Amino acid sequence: MSESLLRVSRLFKRFGGVNATDDLSLDVRAGEIHALIGPNGAGKTTFIGQLMGEVRPDAGDIHFDGASINGLSTAARVRRGIARTFQITELLTEDTALDNVALAVQAGQGHSFRFLGNAGADRSLLAPAREYLTAAGLAERADVRVSELSHGERKQLELAIALASKPRLLLLDEPMAGLGAAESRRMVDTLSSLKGSIAMLLVEHDMDVVFALADRISVLVYGRVIASGSPVEIQADTQVRAAYLGEGDA
Amino acid sequence: MSLLIEQALNGVQLGVMLFLLAAGLTLIFGIMGVINLAHGSLYMIGAFAMAWVANKTGSFLIAAPAGLLTAGAIGMLMEFFVIRKLYARDHLDQVLATFGLILFFNQLTVLLFGRQPLFVQIPGFLEGSILLFGDVRYPVYRIAIIAVGLLTAIGLYLLIARTRLGMLIRAGATNRDMVRALGVDIRLLYTALFGLGAMLAGLAGVMAGPILSVQVGMGEQVLILTFVVVVIGGVGSVRGAFVGAMIVGVVDTMLRAFLPQTFRQLMTGPDADALAAGFSAMGVYMLMALVLLVKPKGLMPAHG
Amino acid sequence: MADLKTTRGPASASRTYAVIAIVLAMLAALPFIADAIGQPALTSLATRITILAIGAASLNLALGYCGLVSFGHAAWYGVGAYVVGIMYRHYVTGDPLLGLSIGSDQLLVTLPLAILISGLFALVLGALSLRTSGVQFIMITLAFAQMLFFFFVALKAYGGDDGLIVRRRNALPFIDTRDGPTYYWVCLFFAVAWFALMSRIVTSRFGRVLEGIRQSERRMAAIGVSTYPYKLACFVISGMGAGLAGALMANHARFVSPDMMHWTQSGEFMIMVILGGAGTLFGAAAGAAVLIGLETQLAAWTEHWQVILGPLLVLMIIFTRGGLSGLVRLLRGGRNE
Repeated sequence: MSESLLRVSRLFKRFGGVNATDDLSLDVRAGEIHALIGPNGAGKTTFIGQLMGEVRPDAGDIHFDGASINGLSTAARVRRGIARTFQITELLTEDTALDNVALAVQAGQGHSFRFLGNAGADRSLLAPAREYLTAAGLAERADVRVSELSHGERKQLELAIALASKPRLLLLDEPMAGLGAAESRRMVDTLSSLKGSIAMLLVEHDMDVVFALADRISVLVYGRVIASGSPVEIQADTQVRAAYLGEGDA
Repeated sequence: MSLLIEQALNGVQLGVMLFLLAAGLTLIFGIMGVINLAHGSLYMIGAFAMAWVANKTGSFLIAAPAGLLTAGAIGMLMEFFVIRKLYARDHLDQVLATFGLILFFNQLTVLLFGRQPLFVQIPGFLEGSILLFGDVRYPVYRIAIIAVGLLTAIGLYLLIARTRLGMLIRAGATNRDMVRALGVDIRLLYTALFGLGAMLAGLAGVMAGPILSVQVGMGEQVLILTFVVVVIGGVGSVRGAFVGAMIVGVVDTMLRAFLPQTFRQLMTGPDADALAAGFSAMGVYMLMALVLLVKPKGLMPAHG
Repeated sequence: MADLKTTRGPASASRTYAVIAIVLAMLAALPFIADAIGQPALTSLATRITILAIGAASLNLALGYCGLVSFGHAAWYGVGAYVVGIMYRHYVTGDPLLGLSIGSDQLLVTLPLAILISGLFALVLGALSLRTSGVQFIMITLAFAQMLFFFFVALKAYGGDDGLIVRRRNALPFIDTRDGPTYYWVCLFFAVAWFALMSRIVTSRFGRVLEGIRQSERRMAAIGVSTYPYKLACFVISGMGAGLAGALMANHARFVSPDMMHWTQSGEFMIMVILGGAGTLFGAAAGAAVLIGLETQLAAWTEHWQVILGPLLVLMIIFTRGGLSGLVRLLRGGRNE
């Protein structure tokens, strides 16, 4: 196995009296899909926030690609090769799907202190943007304003934008939530086609999806990893069944 | 030495006035999410109402409550007719609409009272000065301002920390739905709260009346200083408003009092005075810049 | 934004250019029309509107496109004006400033300098202000503008409260700027140039980033954009435009005073932007024309015109969204989102 691309050691974060992240250690190897599951309120989104630098951990260390990224801003982490999708979509709703992706492509091409050329007619932005939209299954909806896209299409757009920053690690915050059956299937197809080339940390409630995609699974409860292992091991783990899977599949 | 103490007291006196304004402004922002530029107008209205009644009746004891109530009443009307429509809007809409209110109130005041400043006598029973200690004499009226301001601050603290209204205020700041679930008419609560903020501004105006000239434009001058207080103290925090107000009051007063003579020692001629005046007017803004460099959210940010 | 999106197709683009050409021709002909209808004062009014449109358009870049609600725009406008005033004063007296002979009455010298110095002021104070956001940013830009206001009030060497008189307009080679219509055309030229620059900027890569910042800073960070330098650059460009407007106004009014950077002037710039529709390129010009026109009309009617303008403003904000276009929509009985 290749070595870890992301290594999180002993991360702590408290909000008021609540441990959102409690001595959390975890790693993601290059190219693998590592799923993070756990009941609502387990601290999954807070954890992603800390990986992205939006939330400052109280203690602990985050290593990416062999270097500590603790002090880096969100934007700097993205430039190092980490991208995320948002659970509640965070898009430029007044712009078209294509504009959203083109802007991410633009951000990946270095600084944007270019004041005169028309970015809306720049093929070096639009051509790759269309490719990412195609990869995410949104090619036909490129020129539709985000405000007119369906919920599922917005989730796909989130993915296309994340891909446009050419990440080596993709943090997916419940990419399936709210998707219909067909949309969900397409998302799974898209993600499995990317498997191997981009490492992913997949936060997801849909167990079928998790077991279909993940190489490894960690279970988070009250900010703590209570189990970690292959899908088979996790399925067999009695502690997990009691704490989480036993809750039913709501 | 006695000059220093006197100026420090002047600073505290300016500080409590600024606190009265900043507390209302920051409460209204913290709880209703509204930035109200016309808060300074309420201060002006309080001062004008007091001055008018005082000159008609000759009694400060009648004039002071009149000023207070006028400011409170106009504040509540303002909330009912305009501010209420702005709760769900962005700050830009709020700024522009309340800017419109300022234009209206200022010009209406010109229409009613003219451009000449009104003057009000310090009430007889607060005239003169007393010996504090050593050779430090200080005007009774200014001591009264400080006392009233500090008492109001304590009252406000008790109101927020100890009463049912205060509980609702604190709950309303973080969770509007919860307050609604308690069966409280949140519109009424907001109107009442706005009235309270208006009365605090009016109180500052009433107290300023006898020591400043009551004129159109007085509201905006003090409003901008109040913004400095709120930014330094931390937006939304009443305690921050108190600390910020004291700092701004004392620093501003001290600079104005002592900068000219310092400059005169360094250089000669009228340039020194002009430069000192400029720097002392700019002082609190530089202080604000300094605070922001260290703490962008102010000294005591309200959490959330 | 909407009007820019439609310019993508070649057919509508040529139509847009045709409209612009017609409007420009009419604006250029305005002094002749004013003379023909016996209202020569109209040219002076149009000059003011043209100048203020430059100021409003530059605020629009920050406010409408980038979402920076700056309440201190008049500060840069005033600084630009003072550059003209101070240089003229030194030109007349011949006194050096800090050992430098800075006097000039040449527009081609004073104008670039005004733009530069306004930009520098915006750079320093913007760098501080942009550490905050939201309501704090509104308050702090207002407060810093007020600080500059007090600075110039205290600056007795340059007139203090009373301001500075620029006895003769700055000169241009081969062009008589003292002639009213000529100066109007000069201002119109600069306005066209500034609007052309703005139209390029808002569609550029830089402009796309500004649009993104306004819509979601969180999204911009998530695609790897550090927003601060872009916001600052936007703020500086905005300040430079205001400096240009201020310098032109100092020449138009032949007078400079701290009142130019009074906070009400900042408020007026904001109103112009909102009236015209924030984030629409030519809205700023329309907003300037409507506000100044309205003020002039009301002022001719009553001395206390602000008693009317204030409530009008309140009503406009409450009942229409998106300024004039919102008003038009409302009058048509359309939905008001």
